[in-house]
Amino acid sequence: MSPAEIREEIIDILSDIAPDEDLDDIVDETSFRDQLELDSMDFLDIVMELRKRHRVQIPEEDYGNLASMHSTVTYLEPKMRDIVKA
Amino acid sequence: MYDTIIIGAGMSGLAAGIRLAHFDQRVCILERHYTIGGLNSFYRMGGRDYDVGLHAMTNFARQGDKRGPLAKLIRQLRFRWEDFKLAEQIGSSIRFPNISLDFGNDISLLESEIAKHFPHCVDGFQKLCGALLDYDDLDGNNPLFNRSAREFLVETIPDPLLREMILCPLMWYGNAREDDMDFGQFCIMFRACYLEGFARPFKGVRLILKNLVRKFRGLGGELKLRSGVSRIHVDNGRAVGVVLDDGTELAAKRILSSAGTVETMRMCDDITTPQIAKAGQLSFIESISILDRQPKDFGFDRTIVFYNDSETFHWRRPQTGLCDARTGVICSPNNYQYDAEDGTLPDGVIRITTLADHDSWAALDEVKYRAEKVAQYELSVESSVRFMPDFRRYVVDTDVFTPKTIRRFTYHDNGAVYGAPDKQLDGKTHLENVYLCGTDQGFVGIVGAILSGISMANRHCMTS
Repeated sequence: MSPAEIREEIIDILSDIAPDEDLDDIVDETSFRDQLELDSMDFLDIVMELRKRHRVQIPEEDYGNLASMHSTVTYLEPKMRDIVKA
Repeated sequence: MYDTIIIGAGMSGLAAGIRLAHFDQRVCILERHYTIGGLNSFYRMGGRDYDVGLHAMTNFARQGDKRGPLAKLIRQLRFRWEDFKLAEQIGSSIRFPNISLDFGNDISLLESEIAKHFPHCVDGFQKLCGALLDYDDLDGNNPLFNRSAREFLVETIPDPLLREMILCPLMWYGNAREDDMDFGQFCIMFRACYLEGFARPFKGVRLILKNLVRKFRGLGGELKLRSGVSRIHVDNGRAVGVVLDDGTELAAKRILSSAGTVETMRMCDDITTPQIAKAGQLSFIESISILDRQPKDFGFDRTIVFYNDSETFHWRRPQTGLCDARTGVICSPNNYQYDAEDGTLPDGVIRITTLADHDSWAALDEVKYRAEKVAQYELSVESSVRFMPDFRRYVVDTDVFTPKTIRRFTYHDNGAVYGAPDKQLDGKTHLENVYLCGTDQGFVGIVGAILSGISMANRHCMTS
């Protein structure tokens, strides 16, 4: 997947996890917690959804990389480069 | 070979099952009873639908509220707010002799009642609420959890009567410990009852349970009723599977049990003497009186009334006799703000809950048991009508369940509705792949049990 496709996929996951959040105006450089009502259970769900949908494994020590859209896409790019978007 | 076997198809087991099935685990929920729901089940009798445990669902949040336990469980289970069709309470009361404090889903009502009746406690109450909001109640690791709630209240509320009145509903909804309450549990219940409040689906608990089962099965989860677990087979410190009452063996990588701590330990075949002394002590009788009119028609508009007939609230297993009717809970499921299109419940209903001693009830022979159900019903109603209009002449039918009934259908020791007083907050057992959820893990009530199932599934059962 390209970075743009990865970003789309993260938006899709967020809409599944937090359907009541407004995802249209997300600022990529700002942390998710500063713009959305997400807690640690929700972040764990992002990790679990990535594993479920794409078999992407994210070790616990790397969770900090998921703080913002920008950092998440940057972190996932090498892991998801070879995945074909469904 | 299942990824996870869940023991118990109550609220916590079903919620855990949904989480695991959603993430593609092979999950099986095993339930001994012929129906789902456990401590919060439902049944049909004489052409009427009855809820077993539900007076109210706590932790009410409005559609669009993103914070709080209800929003959390809706998100985690991938439901929508409208799936539960929650109608808010009209309002409840705490009634002690000569004094009544009303409260509702907005804390400002209780605040103004306190300002009216206990003006010298207004500042202390603000301080109390502030301290609670600082406490992170979903974090079972908080060292303040076991602190005494009564001690904390003495520090913030100068009037002893107000302290007792504040504690009364919180203990009733629910405290597994006699006399005092863990500070952590106090915070959880304070938020649940006073800050967020009560609501109920028009169709009662069956709506919630049916939603949970439908989702669980839709995700590929297996639910086996009439399939009680007799033993957890242990090999080298690990569970390898379970043996059902009928001898069937099922293998699993891990087991999550909502049966209760002692009850689960009893199943493990590497343990010979589980510590029965640790089981919960508090149980109840509950009567359901069906009326020929709506309670509002005879001037009763309260959703829940928590009463106590002296200035001191006693929260203890009855020491003498079958019941202790000095305190009780009166609930009218009619008194919720149902949608106009749902209308009113078909019958007027008054539910009364009274503290009861399981062992005394269990010792009665068949004839005495039936007689005492009637006798204790009458005593509990007599006690209750000091705090509400007398409804006895409107009663057309009654049902009563006792600690024996609870034990019989949920298999929880002593019919202990709120489980053991010492909670297993981390959900762990002596076995590395057997975990606990439900009332003995930590949270009680419908919302509590659902969150318990979710959080224990998340924490222990998600790793491969």
